[in-house]
Amino acid sequence: MKPPTERFGFPRRDLLKAGGALLIGFAMRDTVPAQTVEGVALVTGPDQPDPARLDTWIAIHADNTATIFIGFVELGQGCTTALLQMAAEELDLAFSQVKSVRLESHTMPNQGGTVASASVARGGPRIRSAAAEARRALLQMASQKLDVPVDRLTVSRGVVSVAGAPDKSITYGRLVGGKPFNLPYTGAAPLKPFHDYKLLGERIPRLDIPDKAAGKYVHMQHVRVPGMLHGRIVRPRGQGAYADGARVLSVDETSIAGIAGARLIRKRDFIGIVAGKEWDAVRAARELKVTWDQPAALPGTEGLHRQMRAAKTTDRTVLENGDAAAAFRDAAHVVSQTYRGPYQAHVPFGPNCALADVKVNSALVLCSTQNIYDTRRKVAQVLGMPVEKVTVRYYEGSGTYGRSCYDDAAQAAALLSQEAGRPVRLQFMRSDEHGWDNFGPAQLADIRVGIDAAGKITAYEYHGWQHNWGTVETTQQLALGTPAAESPGPGSQEVSNFNLGAMYAIPNMRLVNHRLEGARYLKGSNLRSPLDVSFSFAQEQTIDELAYLAGLDPLEFRRRNIRDERWLGVLDAVAQAAGWTPRTPGVRAEQRRAAGGRVTGRGIAVGTHTSSYAAAVADIEVDRTTGRIVARHLYGALDAGLCVNPGCLENQMSGMLVQAASRMLKEEVTFSSTNVTSLDWNSYPVLRFEECPAVTTVVVQRLDQKPSGGGEELMGPAAAAIANALFDATGVRLREYPLTAARVLPELKQRTA
Amino acid sequence: MANGRAIRVNERFWTVNAAPDTPLLYVLSGELQLNGPRFGCGLAQCGSCSVLIDGVETRSCVTPLSSVGKRAVTTLEGLPAWYARQQGLSKIPALTPVQQAFIDEQAIQCGYCYNGMTIKACELLSKMPQPSEAQIRSAMNGHLCRCGTYPRIIKAIQRAAQAGTHEGAPEGRR
Repeated sequence: MKPPTERFGFPRRDLLKAGGALLIGFAMRDTVPAQTVEGVALVTGPDQPDPARLDTWIAIHADNTATIFIGFVELGQGCTTALLQMAAEELDLAFSQVKSVRLESHTMPNQGGTVASASVARGGPRIRSAAAEARRALLQMASQKLDVPVDRLTVSRGVVSVAGAPDKSITYGRLVGGKPFNLPYTGAAPLKPFHDYKLLGERIPRLDIPDKAAGKYVHMQHVRVPGMLHGRIVRPRGQGAYADGARVLSVDETSIAGIAGARLIRKRDFIGIVAGKEWDAVRAARELKVTWDQPAALPGTEGLHRQMRAAKTTDRTVLENGDAAAAFRDAAHVVSQTYRGPYQAHVPFGPNCALADVKVNSALVLCSTQNIYDTRRKVAQVLGMPVEKVTVRYYEGSGTYGRSCYDDAAQAAALLSQEAGRPVRLQFMRSDEHGWDNFGPAQLADIRVGIDAAGKITAYEYHGWQHNWGTVETTQQLALGTPAAESPGPGSQEVSNFNLGAMYAIPNMRLVNHRLEGARYLKGSNLRSPLDVSFSFAQEQTIDELAYLAGLDPLEFRRRNIRDERWLGVLDAVAQAAGWTPRTPGVRAEQRRAAGGRVTGRGIAVGTHTSSYAAAVADIEVDRTTGRIVARHLYGALDAGLCVNPGCLENQMSGMLVQAASRMLKEEVTFSSTNVTSLDWNSYPVLRFEECPAVTTVVVQRLDQKPSGGGEELMGPAAAAIANALFDATGVRLREYPLTAARVLPELKQRTA
Repeated sequence: MANGRAIRVNERFWTVNAAPDTPLLYVLSGELQLNGPRFGCGLAQCGSCSVLIDGVETRSCVTPLSSVGKRAVTTLEGLPAWYARQQGLSKIPALTPVQQAFIDEQAIQCGYCYNGMTIKACELLSKMPQPSEAQIRSAMNGHLCRCGTYPRIIKAIQRAAQAGTHEGAPEGRR
């Protein structure tokens, strides 16, 4: 049995021995101006590898293999596999000849966060062009060695051969193996044309799966180091208003006097326990008596949207095209509705975990962040240490789907280690994770859409109310008293044209963002496909209503209003996969109402996140006696441009369809006036096996396009298709999700009364 | 060592020093340094900590050490050997058919819940070699997956069940 203890030290130089050869000359330098490739900023900063050097990205080893330094984290989405495919393609290496190494600050390029489905879409092009540049340099070296012009050289599996002279060849390993290129990275090398692809678009099995199946994979939660203590945090059960943090009134240390191995650590309002035995830490954290000041500053779940409506807001017109007001006056039909979306939680299945070893002059933090450099900055802040003294090393945790409490856990572990003078492994308990998440923000929306007599959308107006994302981690709030703050947006934090109206050809549009001050709400952050479930829920139901008012099948209505062939492509692909047949309202619903008991319905929707094109069809069943909805089959089509690995994308799509059903049908953070009350899997239910839909996924492959991201875009349309299917089944439209039995049943009763 | 308590894990006897009320999970992951069972909720709600005790799937996060007694605990690490004993195989396979099917179906995303998924699926197939889809869903219903990999888990369990019938007696079957 292999001991699970991971190497714990600073292996920066060892890293370069990858492949057996010692490679030196890793370029480091102080802050340099950010540069861009294809308009994407690459972050630079102190004590980070210089992105303008080729050696920052690629090392060729003597055994004719390559290490690719990837600045993105593996989250089980397969990005490591896909990014290595991109590098191997441009290098003309076999997939088995490339590998990556564990992500760590100081040694790995800073490509920003693994967010917004960006790893392949925005990070991939840089890795690909670095690989192309390395290949070009290698061919130039081979040309000199073999005394043959470059245009007579061919490469296969890293062996450079001379066309027509098969005996003349040399490997990459012989050319440069173990030595640095010592070349700048210019981004100027041409990329392979798509008709020459050998690896891009191939279903290469994911690299991480065999070890995960065998139980050999080291998740963050598995890492242990000699001499470490176990840590737990102590907070009120469930957060209150973001601005309030949590204030300690008194701590009764005698309450844990009976647990000999446990030690209380307190810094202002930050309270933690460390103990040699994990169970002692768990028990002590549970039994420690702390009196908290818990102001009644929240609106409660019931009062949430009322408070949002009444709030003073900062308003911004995001888009104003044509004259919406005039177009509404002339419209044949106008549908106008208010929609409500809840707070939803990340709640990774294994609560966040971090391991820190803080010394007087340095700190090493292992954690499951989606952005090692941002975490490094936050840990340095809470420790009061210069950022370059902190090293953050990434270990995959449990699926987080956005910014769950990983930075909070990293900061807390660092503080506990600093105070205890020992390495500390901190894991959150279930109620910590459920109660102190950075929740996906709730939304209130007013939407109004008008069509002409021919069924063309002529006017569109959307107002969204929500707050931005919190930027100060709870640990820092409690330990340093840092006031709550929010990021300025806009992007995924606000009403955005990406997923509102942009898929339809609409001449007159108005989008307005009403930004709430977040102090008296829950702490928010990016949850997979931020705001899109709310956007699509509102928009695609409105589109459906207009289709029926126009007497058109919902698919046909959408087809008539979409011009872009890529939107039409996914719409047709999903309709074909589902065997869509034209539907009309009313008659069906009336027939179904007469049938009694369980009724079925089918809905369709389109949507996306910040790029790519997605469409979904939902088949659901509604039990009219209980109001319970079960999604029976979900179909999704996704055009993410060049799909590097269809197997990885299908797995993401399948997961999105299931998660979308969970979020549309079940998930809602509840809270009282003082604190969050949904603190476990009973009070925050998620979809289970018996409620899980069958899934059909269709990848619309566009080899000639750039990759555009595929980890989020099906969430909105799949969720909205379920809402549209409810109408198809029952004639009921709900304006607030999740579509729980408690919401559906009264509506059904009202319709039959 | 005076307080040592013997437990039987993966067909080995271990002497452990944890207090009797310590949940089995912390003994397995702490003292025995096993990576299969892992903390998810501490409330027996999710299944990430599952082990087999005398062949029955059990939530180790709420099972006090003192209640285990002399019963046989099997973790993910010991599952291939357990499977070999169940099937009367003379050689221990590297993976159970369920684990192989998870790879073949490319089912896994983050993989955190797969300890419990594997334990539960192996328990199911040991009792019911050819479960229907409804029986799979019902048996697995107490195991949660945040990544939404349920459809592929169902397919993988079906595949593993098929492997049991169509491949006939595997090599080494007595």
